[in-house]
Amino acid sequence: MKNIIEIKNMSYRYPVSDDFCLKNITFSIQKGAFTAIVGNNGAGKTTLCNAIRGFVPHFYKGELAGEVIVDGKQIVDYQLGQLGEKIGYVFQNPFSQISGVKDSVFNEVAYGLENLGVPVDEIIQKVEDVLKLVNIEHLRGKNPFELSGGQRQRVALAAIIVMDPDILVIDEPTSQLDPIGTEDIFDVIRLMKERGKTVLLVEHKMDLIAEYADNILVLHEGALVMQGPVREVFSDPKYATFNIQYPHVTEVALNLIDIGVPLKFIPIRNEELPKALKMEWEENND
Amino acid sequence: MTNLNIRNVSYSYPDGTLALEDFCLSISSGERIAIIGQNGAGKTTAVKLMNGLLKPTKGNILVGDMDTKEYTTAQISRKVGYVFQNPDDQIFHNNIESEVRFGPKNMGFNEEQVDKLTNWAMDLCGVKNYNDENPYNLPYSIRKFVTIASVLAMDSDVIILDEPTAGQDKVGLERLVHILKVLEEKRKTVITITHDMEFVTEYFDRIVVMANRKIVVDDNVDQIFYNHEVLEMSMLKPPAVTKMAKLLSLSDGITTQAQLLAAISEKVKQ
Repeated sequence: MKNIIEIKNMSYRYPVSDDFCLKNITFSIQKGAFTAIVGNNGAGKTTLCNAIRGFVPHFYKGELAGEVIVDGKQIVDYQLGQLGEKIGYVFQNPFSQISGVKDSVFNEVAYGLENLGVPVDEIIQKVEDVLKLVNIEHLRGKNPFELSGGQRQRVALAAIIVMDPDILVIDEPTSQLDPIGTEDIFDVIRLMKERGKTVLLVEHKMDLIAEYADNILVLHEGALVMQGPVREVFSDPKYATFNIQYPHVTEVALNLIDIGVPLKFIPIRNEELPKALKMEWEENND
Repeated sequence: MTNLNIRNVSYSYPDGTLALEDFCLSISSGERIAIIGQNGAGKTTAVKLMNGLLKPTKGNILVGDMDTKEYTTAQISRKVGYVFQNPDDQIFHNNIESEVRFGPKNMGFNEEQVDKLTNWAMDLCGVKNYNDENPYNLPYSIRKFVTIASVLAMDSDVIILDEPTAGQDKVGLERLVHILKVLEEKRKTVITITHDMEFVTEYFDRIVVMANRKIVVDDNVDQIFYNHEVLEMSMLKPPAVTKMAKLLSLSDGITTQAQLLAAISEKVKQ
């Protein structure tokens, strides 16, 4: 599979800052992969998103060292508008993504396509499809500013998905959502992956990362400290040193080991816990 | 000492949308409760009524002996502090200290008390190191702690936190837990809206579940997450610990990690 994103020895410093907030980062992402970016707040997750979508340095300026290559082309050689069609970015705070120039959810979702000059019939069809997909058809006539946090978060995702970009960079899409709304969003993201999209997701809900993502990038104080398949990263003792949330079942498993209950393997999904334990019980019964 | 008594309260927004229906709830001074339920269930409306930001269309809310209809929001908020869901709806100063200082200063505390409360709240919420920053340069999660500090500095008897767990990392969650502990020692009433079921089951006993503008149930945590009817009606997901207990066929009633660990090690020994 071909690498759609390649980052080589990338460091970045915001214009007025003395310190680099991303330090010598190297990784690559295959087309169609679902990668989660994890790390505590202030670790550089959102800045990394901004580097991949070209806002660093196109918009924020500052000092960028190393290489960021998207789809075979250096990020500095793109126009910001071209990147906008290739990479869809869903904001961390849905309150700041809403355009403010549209008075209904339908028009808000249509806004991006309008700006690309897509024919009206096509826009209407695409918006209808996406409203259904994200389950916000009932909100179509509402003013985006009258929506709850959770509703806005869905509108924000819809407004990006409708543009059909190859790469989706999604920054904490479920922070304001209830558990069922959160799973709905992850189902939409999974659907995007099935359609061949490359997905980068910043998220603190590790249970869902364990369930859905292929790979993890772990950021700590601006450095990429771990990367690899989800299971490998969560079961690596090194992960514990960064004081980042675990999937709940992994935390339970590690605590069980601590109190002397041995496990066959480290589970990362709830369903795996009986298997990790059960063999042990069976052996004890022998 | 401020008890809250909400009696048969309904609320409709000016456009006629009914947001809360026949809501009854009594909260004694010093209690810690969590309000949970789906987006749109009416949780934020309910708590905005408690601090007088909204006034009931029907029914009454008593904050201590004050009926919220007869007092201004400013008067009620001396007793009941509300931390907004979205920090950007709340922050309006360009440095953190003046943001936090604003509340106690306006409550008429003397200079020394204002200093003391401001320092205490900034310290407790871990925002002291960011003091020279404009709050809008800080990450969302830190801005949330700025707004919590601003409300805590007013030293009101009742504190309402609207989704404090949203977007928090492990460090932020640990800080919230510490804040809850300190507020308990100070005998403050704390009402929290949250979608984080693990946070609820680990740190709260009394849970109010809302769905479709109403209270579905007001009970202890173990009565809620093992009650199929309630879970279905309110479309709640049980916490991971409860799911694991079920998968292992352990007895009902396990809601915390400590209980789960104990039950598993018990079973392994058998």
